[in-house]
Amino acid sequence: MKPPAFEYEAPSTVEDAARLLADGGDDAKLLAGGQSLIPLLNLRFAAPSLLIDLNGVLELAHINEAAGELRIGALVRHSAVAGHALVAERHPLLAEALGYVAHPQIRNRGTIGGTTAHSDPAAEVPVVLLMSDARVIAHSTRGQREIAVDDLFVSIFTTSLEPDEIITEVIIPDRHVEPGTITGSSFQEFARRHGDYAIGGGAAIVELDAEGICRNARVGLLGAGMRPEESKAAAAVLENSTLAEDTVREAARVATAEINPLGNVHGDVQYRREVIREMTFRAVMTAANKAKAGTA
Amino acid sequence: MTQISVRVDGASYADDVEPRTLLVHYLREQLGKVGTVVGCDTSNCGACTVHLDGESVKSCTVLAVQADGSEVTTIEGIAEGGELHPMQRAFHEKHGLQCGYCTPGMIMASIDLLKNNPNPSEAEIREGIEGNLCRCTGYVNIVRAVQQAAGEMSSTAGAQA
Ligand SMILES: Cc1cc2nc3c(=O)[nH]c(=O)nc-3n(C[C@H](O)[C@H](O)[C@H](O)COP(=O)(O)OP(=O)(O)OC[C@H]3O[C@@H](n4cnc5c(N)ncnc54)[C@H](O)[C@@H]3O)c2cc1C
Ligand code: FES
Ligand code: FES
Repeated sequence: MKPPAFEYEAPSTVEDAARLLADGGDDAKLLAGGQSLIPLLNLRFAAPSLLIDLNGVLELAHINEAAGELRIGALVRHSAVAGHALVAERHPLLAEALGYVAHPQIRNRGTIGGTTAHSDPAAEVPVVLLMSDARVIAHSTRGQREIAVDDLFVSIFTTSLEPDEIITEVIIPDRHVEPGTITGSSFQEFARRHGDYAIGGGAAIVELDAEGICRNARVGLLGAGMRPEESKAAAAVLENSTLAEDTVREAARVATAEINPLGNVHGDVQYRREVIREMTFRAVMTAANKAKAGTA
Repeated sequence: MTQISVRVDGASYADDVEPRTLLVHYLREQLGKVGTVVGCDTSNCGACTVHLDGESVKSCTVLAVQADGSEVTTIEGIAEGGELHPMQRAFHEKHGLQCGYCTPGMIMASIDLLKNNPNPSEAEIREGIEGNLCRCTGYVNIVRAVQQAAGEMSSTAGAQA
């Protein structure tokens, strides 16, 4: 047997899952797609006493829109999010980013709730959620609350969720777009092999007006430190400019001037900083070109 | 122990499993379906790929209890009446294997790829099987095999339509 022994429960409602988690104490763990958790069990890096499997909680498997927001159930698989028409239309950056997440088999299992709760600074989806002002619903036997993802992501593998809370939904508001502007977005990353965790990456959303002036920009950084990062300073450099190459280079420099990526055998801190700077530059340029071509 | 009932390669099974039993170990050790192999058991190599309710998954990171009520297809269940599946035949004819260890997973991943994209380009094939590692072939003949199977499977699908 590879994993250590654990008790197993497969509730079919959020209420039951929340009660099991509350009663299960510190050693109980939720199981979603299992694409991070089961390898950890197989390596015996994790040894929960109780696994609460969310895969039978069908109320967590929806994608719908309400009041100008996209609501994605925590159990929706990466492949289903990436292939959903509403995601393609409202949040093409999320679909694009998911193309970099692991491999097809892993995307068939891994869930949006899992990658959000896992809070890995090298994970693509959290960066996009941060750039999109997304929120999560955290549910427990004590009730439920909304948490802005900026407050959720605390540090590497650490969120502000209480031990008894379950993420039930990820909510992404439609982007507020100024009339007469066109939006473009792009996600760029560098990995030794496509689908591996990236050495670093950058993402951009830019909004151009009819004169080609950038009215709004968001810049996200992948693998830049202990949590997903967004650079407001880089956005400020881009806004009110025509996104000329020099300006974009300056924005990418500003975005990465103070970051501290985690160095390891695949790249030291300085190398990773440069990779993230270049990927951020490419992301903004590509986003600008898409906006100019009107292709989102 | 937990009771599960699963359909595997068209046959029904009801078994008691420990919750920590990985699906791949259930298939190999309890059902004797050793066609599905284990390479890494951390969801990296793809050798253990099977179809769970029609979708490719790595059976080393699915628990056997999670397959309760589901339909599992392994490499042992794709030939029909002694006839190799077109993907199996293509791997054979195009020499898409050397030691053969990655092959069951490669074939299962490739079948899922063609289900979603019946006429993939070479780049799309390489991306579609990127979750499967081969330490022998260098992938060239694997890609050729998938191309041959794609051509054959879409022309027979066309003929049936
Ligand atoms: C080889 C390999 C390569 C990968 N490459 C990438 C990559 O490039 N980019 C990337 O982003 N990811 C990558 N992943 C990770 C993959 O995307 C995972 O699916 C994801 O990180 C976790 O989602 P999951 O649904 O599988 O969660 P699980 O593994 O089931 O759970 C992960 C953690 O989140 C908790 N959790 C799960 N759901 C909830 C919930 N609803 N509420 C509260 N807590 C919850 C669990 O208790 C656990 O602690 C890779 C994985 C593998 C094996
Ligand atoms: S054994 Fe399952 S992916 Fe390697
Ligand atoms: S043929 Fe040996 S690993 Fe692929």
